[in-house]
Amino acid sequence: MATHQVSKTIQEINDRIRKGKAVVLNAEEMTAEVRRLGKVKAAKEVDVVTTGTFSTMCSSGMLFNIGQEPPVMKVSELWMNSVPAYSGLAAVDAYLGATEPAEDDPLNKVHPGRFVYGGGHVIEDLVRGKAVHLKARAYGTDCYPRRKLDKDVTLADLPNAWLLNPRNCYQNYNCAVNLTSRTIYTYMGPLKPKCRNANYATAGALSPLFNDPLFKTIGMGTRIFLAGGVGYVIGSGTQHNPKPPRNEYGIPTTPAGTLMLKGDMKQMNARYLRGVSVVGYGCSLAVGVGIPIPILNEDIAWHTGVSNADIQVPVRDYGYDYPNGVPRVLGHVSYEELQSGEIVVDGRKVQSVPLTSLPMSLEVADELKRWILDGKFLLSQPVDDIECSY
Amino acid sequence: MKEVIKGFRKIVYLSFPPDVSGRPVVCNLARRFDLSFNILKAEISPRQVGGMTLEISGLEEDFEKGINYLKENGVRITPVAQKIFRDEETCMHCGLCTAMCATGALYIDRATREVCFDVDKCSACGMCTRVCPVRAMTVDLEDNGGLE
Repeated sequence: MATHQVSKTIQEINDRIRKGKAVVLNAEEMTAEVRRLGKVKAAKEVDVVTTGTFSTMCSSGMLFNIGQEPPVMKVSELWMNSVPAYSGLAAVDAYLGATEPAEDDPLNKVHPGRFVYGGGHVIEDLVRGKAVHLKARAYGTDCYPRRKLDKDVTLADLPNAWLLNPRNCYQNYNCAVNLTSRTIYTYMGPLKPKCRNANYATAGALSPLFNDPLFKTIGMGTRIFLAGGVGYVIGSGTQHNPKPPRNEYGIPTTPAGTLMLKGDMKQMNARYLRGVSVVGYGCSLAVGVGIPIPILNEDIAWHTGVSNADIQVPVRDYGYDYPNGVPRVLGHVSYEELQSGEIVVDGRKVQSVPLTSLPMSLEVADELKRWILDGKFLLSQPVDDIECSY
Repeated sequence: MKEVIKGFRKIVYLSFPPDVSGRPVVCNLARRFDLSFNILKAEISPRQVGGMTLEISGLEEDFEKGINYLKENGVRITPVAQKIFRDEETCMHCGLCTAMCATGALYIDRATREVCFDVDKCSACGMCTRVCPVRAMTVDLEDNGGLE
């Protein structure tokens, strides 16, 4: 590991970006390039590979401050367009989760519920520049006498608003089928009975953590594209698994690494941040994330050369196994097979259905590529590693 | 030559007022006009208002005659294509709807990986409108006898 034929530093790559000389490819282009040139030559030629994903990521939300207007207030309950936010923080700080439904939502009382509006939709509305109704209640203190606040606010009115996502960019994920005899409504979408559709969610060879499966470049402090603005990786995410089983490419064969992300919502673009309603399940947020990978040596180049055929996804039953915590895996299929529109489960052909938008994932990777080529976006040196073992 | 023209095929939505819904009219499309039809969806409300989505195939001139016959008998006809819409700005091309689309009108283009919508194959069943996470799909059958 100590001796590489190619060895570059992030400083050198940033110098090339500033001079407009950096060679930047998206992760799909890099797969072809590594195949064409081999890893050493590709590492010499290419400076940065941009990855992208655009998918529903439930563990997302918004940390914000609503500002004070006299008489001042220590908020104890807060709603944005009737969606409850957590305000057990300092006086006017709050956190609004993407999956929080509006307070008067009928939920699954008539199954399957529609979940028309929730936290993710509030976030999208704010980023679109729409006014959102803020309602706050307080018990009142000597220093914070105000009891009530009702007003319409826009994103510009909020002193701070960050997207703060505890778990994004899951490295690999289950492909969901339903072996029962009735249709079920899951966070992986509706699953028809007797295994008639197989739903999967990953951007495959474009996906950030498949291109750096061993976290050799992505760490705490990595600067990223987050929903159209600049954001940062602020560490591993919740449920991060540093020791998954891996294939010969180092690619986990189960859901594995995760990232915690943060970014200023005021820079974001609603094209890459969409409130979603998952029928029968709940509300959520689709987030566009793009992570640049500096090609520091040929090993990193080799990893970014990952193709869809190198990625194996576990197929799991969401009818009985998943809800009951049964860890059974029905088999693995490659991402290439999933993309073909049909996979084989237990000897039978099953329609495969994506939940991750590939055109949008590619757009994210290409947008980040453009930022770097324009010299607007420099790479950062992580200040700490993300735990990973191989 | 006849066979070539026989490829004419259209999906239409029929709505039957209460006084018409009890009479056998649709079967006459086959009897009198040599048309084939495939019933994609049929429903009748407690107030006897009927709604039916039909895929009709045959000669184009027979199709026109058949449609005129239905109209003369009080059946209102709407081409399904006018009833279903995709908001192109809203669709994020995730692909979820393709699982539920029974007629293959919504499918993924393997080259661009975008979700395509072929309105000619659509039967306006409304499944996509229920599952689309961003509500990009809308079916408008409301002006047809109040049927949803």
